[in-house]
Amino acid sequence: MEIVTEKGKECIVVSVKGKIDAVTSPDFEKGLADLIEKGEMILLLNFTSLEYISSAGLRSILAIAKTLKAKNGKMLFAGLRGPVKEVFKISGFESLFKIFETTEEALKSL
Amino acid sequence: MQLLSQKKWPARLESLYESLDSVSSCARALGFNAERIGELELVMEEVLVNIFKYAYGGKEPGEVTISCSEDGGNLVMDVVDSGVPFDPLTASDPDITAGVDERPVGGLGIYLIKKLMDKVKYRREEGRNRLTLVLFKSGKTSPLS
Repeated sequence: MEIVTEKGKECIVVSVKGKIDAVTSPDFEKGLADLIEKGEMILLLNFTSLEYISSAGLRSILAIAKTLKAKNGKMLFAGLRGPVKEVFKISGFESLFKIFETTEEALKSL
Repeated sequence: MQLLSQKKWPARLESLYESLDSVSSCARALGFNAERIGELELVMEEVLVNIFKYAYGGKEPGEVTISCSEDGGNLVMDVVDSGVPFDPLTASDPDITAGVDERPVGGLGIYLIKKLMDKVKYRREEGRNRLTLVLFKSGKTSPLS
């Protein structure tokens, strides 16, 4: 798994590549928690290059979403595809978060 | 039913990738497509991580045995551990309509197993947990296909 962050005007774009599974999810969660610690309030998760997510990754996302909500921040998602999209659907995450086709659309919504 | 492979792994996270590779190779040998293999890997991660985390209660790590068989073109996996009795099928389904605040962190792994596998059966026998998972080649019942 690789995480690339890019600071935008209104949010920080976090692009995740590879797999978020039981092995990599602690690093993923730590990466996001560090951004919140630094004061980031709006996280845009770009999952265009994410191939796989398991419940360990969903767990991290939910934990981060709870932290952000408590601070009045939020998390948006863009570029979900294939299995990642379906896992979001099955687990009900689709209705839990704002999900956009592309990061451009997500940025426009802010 | 024909046994394709049977392997034993230490029940810890370090075994995850190797054990998943082994299961995927069986599915690939039977001609399963990439989508179905992806679903299989996801389900097997959920099954195995549960065993790694909870079966042996943090004591000396035990083992998990995975057998892959072919039955009429379908893939049958038997996952056996000697840990504490645990029937994942009795776990209640999470409320997938709850909001961020109400949702407990966790509980989705077993739900994914139930949703993605065509058949799942649990037995406790001779002090062991035996979970049998069946994946149909056609994947007609799968929400991921």
